Amino acid sequence: MKSAVIVFPGSNRDGDVMRALRQAGSQVEKVWHAETELPKGTDLVVLPGGFSYGDYLRCGAIAGRATVMDAVRAHAARGGLVLGICNGFQILCESGLLPGILMRNANLKFICHRQFLRVERNDTAFTRAYAKGQAIDVCVAHGEGNYTADTETLKRLESEGLVAFRYSDTNGHVTPDANRNGSMNSIAGIYSDKLNVLGMMPHPENLIEDLVGGTDGRGLFKSLVSSFAKAA
Amino acid sequence: MIRNDVAITPELVKEHGLKPDEYERFVKLIGRTPTITELGIVSAMWNEHCSYKSSRIHLRGLPTQAPWVIQGPGENAGVIDIGDGLACIFKMESHNHPSFIEPYQGATTGVGGILRDVFTMGARPIAALNFLRFGEPDHPKTRHLVSGVVAGIGGYGNSFGVPTVGGSVGFHPRYNGNILVNAMAVGLARTDEIFYAAATGVGNPIVYLGSKTGRDGIHGATMASAEFDDASEEKRPTVQVGDPFAEKLLLEACLELMKSGAVIAIQDMGAAGLTCSAVEMGAKGNLGVELDLDKVPTREEGMTAYEMMLSESQERMLMVLKPGMEKEAEAIFHKWGLDFAIIGKTTDTLRFVVKHHGEVMADLPIKELGDEAPLYDRPHLANTHQPTIAADTVKPPVSHAEALVKLVGSPDQCSKRWVWEQYDHLILGNTVQVPGGDAAVVRVEDGPKGLAMTTDVTPRYCEADPVEGGKQAVAEAWRNITAVGGLPLAITDNLNFGNPERPEVMGQFVGCLRGISEACRALDFPVVSGNVSLYNETNGQGILPTPAIGGVGVLDDVTVNASVAFKREEDALILIGETEGWLGQSIYLRDICGREEGAPPPVDLVAEKRNGDFVRQLIRSGQVDTVHDLSDGGLALALAEMTMASKIGAVVASAPEDLALHAFLFGEDQARYLLAVNPDEAADILYEAAEIGVPAMVVGVTGGDSLILPGGEAISIETLKAAHESWLPDYMAGKA
Repeated sequence: MKSAVIVFPGSNRDGDVMRALRQAGSQVEKVWHAETELPKGTDLVVLPGGFSYGDYLRCGAIAGRATVMDAVRAHAARGGLVLGICNGFQILCESGLLPGILMRNANLKFICHRQFLRVERNDTAFTRAYAKGQAIDVCVAHGEGNYTADTETLKRLESEGLVAFRYSDTNGHVTPDANRNGSMNSIAGIYSDKLNVLGMMPHPENLIEDLVGGTDGRGLFKSLVSSFAKAA
Repeated sequence: MIRNDVAITPELVKEHGLKPDEYERFVKLIGRTPTITELGIVSAMWNEHCSYKSSRIHLRGLPTQAPWVIQGPGENAGVIDIGDGLACIFKMESHNHPSFIEPYQGATTGVGGILRDVFTMGARPIAALNFLRFGEPDHPKTRHLVSGVVAGIGGYGNSFGVPTVGGSVGFHPRYNGNILVNAMAVGLARTDEIFYAAATGVGNPIVYLGSKTGRDGIHGATMASAEFDDASEEKRPTVQVGDPFAEKLLLEACLELMKSGAVIAIQDMGAAGLTCSAVEMGAKGNLGVELDLDKVPTREEGMTAYEMMLSESQERMLMVLKPGMEKEAEAIFHKWGLDFAIIGKTTDTLRFVVKHHGEVMADLPIKELGDEAPLYDRPHLANTHQPTIAADTVKPPVSHAEALVKLVGSPDQCSKRWVWEQYDHLILGNTVQVPGGDAAVVRVEDGPKGLAMTTDVTPRYCEADPVEGGKQAVAEAWRNITAVGGLPLAITDNLNFGNPERPEVMGQFVGCLRGISEACRALDFPVVSGNVSLYNETNGQGILPTPAIGGVGVLDDVTVNASVAFKREEDALILIGETEGWLGQSIYLRDICGREEGAPPPVDLVAEKRNGDFVRQLIRSGQVDTVHDLSDGGLALALAEMTMASKIGAVVASAPEDLALHAFLFGEDQARYLLAVNPDEAADILYEAAEIGVPAMVVGVTGGDSLILPGGEAISIETLKAAHESWLPDYMAGKA
């Protein structure tokens, strides 16, 4: 499997996600934001965390319009897999690949802490290695992670099963206390209609080793690599 | 002949922060009346912040050598060898004055400046720490300052992409008018790929890189070299504005350029901007420098030579390039969207020449600007010794349990989670121990090594006895690194004091330095970088003497480390070190009895080394994985913190017969650690300790869901946690 990690000026978790992808067995290539094409044979495009273009104007707004994003949109339209984490999720929303927007956190502050998520479905390329309803222990680090969408969109996401993860307590219960950034319906991540694009605020890529807190993040990368092992 | 359109009056000289005799010295040095640009340049070079004129003479006594020291003080940052061909590059620096005036921008640019110091030397920053002191919680400005400073530190580090892994936050009325914002950065480089400031070669291009120059921060360093008064608010325009995005690009571009082999010398533009950086590169390399200001990228029109030379616009670098490699360098910088301009060259004249619009605006002897800066041996008064306070003269609490709950929920001892959750402490995926423990532990690349780091000082000890306080600051940093299993290697010091022109303040400075030197020598813990911040004084009221120590140590195998959280029930609790029950200057005496007085606990450096080496060896051999250093609040506070970190309780059955219970629980005797060990190993450990003369005794056992004190008073973990976690969020929400 081959992953392309897009690097925008200001990306800063590109190295973290590359480490997680490699650990899971993926080939990884960095792609500079000014490129017009993805490397040949790209299976997965990753938009990493960070502060692309300094988060100026609006988080993800400038990156959503970067040259390389035409190639990413084309890849997604072909059914190719796209994963956006944190700033990557914000970029996906700004680029039209996912609906909704990430607003300032409810407490108006940047927050970095460990966070449990409930896996809403495990029949996608991203979550096969998890159980449905499993609570996974990852972390968040963002100032604008408050998922917001209009009523119509929210209804559609819910009825079509497009919510990927929700903020939960350690037992997988979705509680107001567990939803610290104030996201609607405690949404931590969503899929596109065809389930090939995933945007999520939390960082599974930082929880891949016992030494640095745990391994619950590995499942996501393992799922991706194993979907290609099967396909091949 | 240089044109001189502005008359240099005594008033103008005074506005530039130069004393009449200092100005005379300068005129004599250059043999004529300076131009306004030259006056600006010398005011920047000779202020306290840049010239260390009050402190230099005393800093010379600090030990700076060890076999593992690659670069000591004098460069952008200190460099130590951590083995495997890797170097750790680190420094701590203050941004106190600007942060008081404009907390968000003051703090961001403090972080930005220290990160730049580290990557200027070729290192990629892998961790940031800080040391913060604010005024009393009830002071009307404190909330606003805490909020702004914390957001600023996070705002810069988070965006730049470095984990902020540790620090210290405290409150005291003596910081009401002068808060402390000390930022520390730690980076990694290969030992054979370190870059320095000294220029070499005549006629080599001097290149300007990074953001454009604006009118911000002019005279920032001069501001930081004066006391505050009620009009200090008006100094807001001298505070610079940070752009972490530009810095992140500058980091990547600089590291890429360094790899290309084009860089001869590099210096970041920090305090006093272009002036300081250009003079340093030339003077260190025994070369002259000629600058053409018409080439400097500016973001405002009509900037004068004076303004360009004194601007402290952020995210800028100066480099000397290998001739012929300009094109390659330019391509790298343009790829990152940054300015690149050749603005001058090195010369063999030893003159610092600045031209603008074809005219010479300054022509000064380059080495003398630094070497001939005034040097003062200011009068200093030794502090009067405080009396030793015997434990039996200190009132015991009505309830020891209540006293402990009060302490864990007090402003200084409460959890600082509200602060460090605003810092991304997990980015890069190498944070092995997050904030809240003794020292942060960060894995080096993919391992097996790790680095332990911490920032420490106990200002009330320094106030009561500068020498013992200075020793204690170093000893505590050393102990914190030891407590996680690290071998302490070196420190950076950030010396925050009041007005050095007052002999009692200078006495504190001299005393603290003596203590620091003694401790560094005894513990093999040299100073490799540092910063002095004087004039932390408002309307005649100085801060507590606060020599913050940033320590770094190495773990050869980062998977073998110890932390404060209890790991198992029924572990034996072993107290290492002598306990006499020292209550003078203790947190108990201050926060429970309302007395901030007495002599601080003496520091026995031989015992420190012996006890610490013993504990470290227990961790490294895998015998012990649970350790806490004893400091503020003594044994009781350490027990509470270990309990809260693990949700496992503990029982302390009895106090030694010859000690009052409150002295046993809250005494702050130094050189002590609390270990939780497998009960089967306890006897062996006590035996080993006795063999080498390390005091050790079993004081209790882990287990249950409460902390039970001698006499049977029990505190549930929930009660402790509620008190510990609630104060700061409640306070910031206006509820406490």
